[in-house]
Amino acid sequence: MKLIKVLIPFMILVSFVLANDKIEYVDTGVDPDAWITIPAGDFFYGQHNHIKTTVEYEIMATHVTNKQYAAFLNAALEQKAVYVKNDTVWGFHPGDPFDHYLHEFEIPAGDYPLVPINVPGLRLNYSNGEFTAKKGYANHPMVEVSWFGANAYAQFYGYRLPLEIEWEKAARGTGTRPFPWGDHIEKNRANFISSHNLFEKMFGDVVKTTPVGFYNGESHNGYQTLDNRSPYGLYDMAGNVKQWVGDDHKYVHYRYMRGGNYNSYELYLRVWVRDSAGPEHTSMMLGFRCARNPVVEVEAAPADSVVTE
Amino acid sequence: MKKFNELYHYFFQSTKGLILLAMSAIAVISAVWGTLSGPMVEWGVRDVVVGLTGMDLTSVERSGRIVMLYHVIAMIVVAIEVYMMTSIIPMRKHQQSTINATVTVGWITAMVFGLTFGYFGHNYFYHGLFLVGQSLIFFSGLLLAAAIYPWKREYLVTNNDYAHTKSGYDLERIALFVMTVAMLISAGFGAVTGSFWSNGHETFLAEDLIREPGKTALQKSIIGHLHIMLTLIAVSITLIVGRWMDWKGKLHKVGMPMMIIGIAVISAGVWSVVWTHMAHTFIYVGSVFVMFSALLLVIHSWGKLIKDRTAELGLENPTFLQKFTALFHDPIKFGPFWQMVFMNFTVSGVGIFMAIKLEQIFRVWPAREERVTLTGHWHILSALVATIIIMYYIDISGVKGKTRKWLGWILIIGSDIAFAGATIFSMKRLFVTEYYEQPLVNMTMLSIDFGLGAILVLVAGLLGWRLIDLFKKDDALWEKEVKDPELDIIPTAEMTQEGRDKIRAQMEREGL
Repeated sequence: MKLIKVLIPFMILVSFVLANDKIEYVDTGVDPDAWITIPAGDFFYGQHNHIKTTVEYEIMATHVTNKQYAAFLNAALEQKAVYVKNDTVWGFHPGDPFDHYLHEFEIPAGDYPLVPINVPGLRLNYSNGEFTAKKGYANHPMVEVSWFGANAYAQFYGYRLPLEIEWEKAARGTGTRPFPWGDHIEKNRANFISSHNLFEKMFGDVVKTTPVGFYNGESHNGYQTLDNRSPYGLYDMAGNVKQWVGDDHKYVHYRYMRGGNYNSYELYLRVWVRDSAGPEHTSMMLGFRCARNPVVEVEAAPADSVVTE
Repeated sequence: MKKFNELYHYFFQSTKGLILLAMSAIAVISAVWGTLSGPMVEWGVRDVVVGLTGMDLTSVERSGRIVMLYHVIAMIVVAIEVYMMTSIIPMRKHQQSTINATVTVGWITAMVFGLTFGYFGHNYFYHGLFLVGQSLIFFSGLLLAAAIYPWKREYLVTNNDYAHTKSGYDLERIALFVMTVAMLISAGFGAVTGSFWSNGHETFLAEDLIREPGKTALQKSIIGHLHIMLTLIAVSITLIVGRWMDWKGKLHKVGMPMMIIGIAVISAGVWSVVWTHMAHTFIYVGSVFVMFSALLLVIHSWGKLIKDRTAELGLENPTFLQKFTALFHDPIKFGPFWQMVFMNFTVSGVGIFMAIKLEQIFRVWPAREERVTLTGHWHILSALVATIIIMYYIDISGVKGKTRKWLGWILIIGSDIAFAGATIFSMKRLFVTEYYEQPLVNMTMLSIDFGLGAILVLVAGLLGWRLIDLFKKDDALWEKEVKDPELDIIPTAEMTQEGRDKIRAQMEREGL
């Protein structure tokens, strides 16, 4: 125990020396505001290829970025939809249904933590009541956000978090591939433990996220990537940071996370692999993207066809 | 041709040769299949091995492959324990030969066709023969249970130092019998479930179910199966090394009934997981009995080591320091019981701690971290059992002097560094946040690689030496082992006059 007490501060000191949270901005040319329509229909779900069906929906082409989340927090603070207290951003959640199941953890209506502000993994600055993305991180995925924080973002803009089934279809398409792009994984196809990508090479082990859309087949500062888009064109559905999905699981209220992250071995990047945690969980390896129902455009009837009495 | 026949006799008919054959198989599997994960992938070794062997590592079939691999290894470990049991438990020679032959054909068939099915291409022929192999191992278990059935008056305890009933029935034999029967029933829990999934299709790994709120009966059955099989493998090796150390006296008389009760309660508890929410309560109660019994064995063994060594040195009234030094004189005999103590820090302790902190840890930790801890603790238990078997085998091989000490200490220190590293890694979230974890991860990974690497090199050296020995013209160890094939232990029971009469009558019937 004494050894651990001596070693831990030493290692923390080493980490400070290694840590460098000011990085260069790398423009990938991918638009984080892009949405993709996933058509209704059957697809193969899970490791054992069970056939499931979805209706049509739209999903973001990339993770929500630090810049986008900072903009949300500023707008929500202004509208008093969220507030900052004890170094944490808080927001309201209407609660989960409670069934008094064995070991069930009740989540009643109330205010819940969305984002812890002063944790080192967060790539946002907060000063004078305003959030901004840290230098170089504007187009990196938002991390250290709880499920409540991800859900609050989606709700604020009238979106929602994708259901697991929607997430998997968007990642896999209608085939049986294990990875969004195909059957095999290469080191420069996605941000996972074997990647040793540009950012790790430039800034050591601490900066491990990559800008959204980084793996697009282009060369960035000499690092040649392969295109990791899913059949529908979504980036980073395997690797970079995990993604919250929307489903509340009856009796446990864990929320599921999909897609693996930069610290994952390749087996965790397979499209059906799940991770889960309580909705208050935050991590520097965890972000999200949003889904929304398609806008149904009702064609206006020609004026001369309107019959009036 | 004569040498070939002698070698065949050694490897397939002598206890010592059978153990060597099985250990070599595990070593080869570990060496080849160990390259498919971890740092070997990073270093590109996996791609080379896959290219050379033509393995099919289709991503979607990974769970099935893993299931095949650990069943194959577990079957061989079970076979090693069977060989040891048939050698140390008094039974008739033909019973020993039949059981050993059946289990040997079983594990070789299961190994060849299990690995072929898992890694080199699917067809029902391979999978069917894998099941044939497993069935033979199960059948050898039935034969073993029949051979060691303890309530017959052929073998009774005659030395009052060993635990027995008032009628003279051998309590150690009863413990081994209860363990064998429990293992057969527990194998059934896996077999029924495996059959349901139509010869292994739609497989899953138990660690992927941890957060499923509504597990099916068959899923619970699998979770129970894997836990109890590993527990009983550990119980079995505990009883085996207990005989190696001639466990006897008061500690034996208290320890054996506790072991019997513990095995029965813990097994019933694990089976009950399929039907009740109370399973963990039974398991905790059974574990206390089993672990207390094991503690008594540790006390006996360390006391014996001190007593034997100080007597060897002619010390009539040894000081504390002399006793302390005597305890560590022979790491090969000290090690197995130290590993049992160490197991409490890396397996039982972790399990109990996690159970106590259930709400705090599992509400906060993601499933992946919980999964690492769970898979970590049973890999460590398996590896601890492996180190105990290796230490016993080094003794069986008659390794002496400085080599014995080196091998012993490398095994103890190497494995403990690795397992301590793995435990700290799996529990890292208690010490350090994600942001600062990298140095800790690097340090623990290094300790795991270093410790396991040391053990693998040691095993390679040991088996390399045994391989060279096979080609020696004079003074070969294996030839001596052919003449002295059984394990050198003092049995707890002896054959009674009634037993001798039975054998005589049977021989007369058969005209021998």
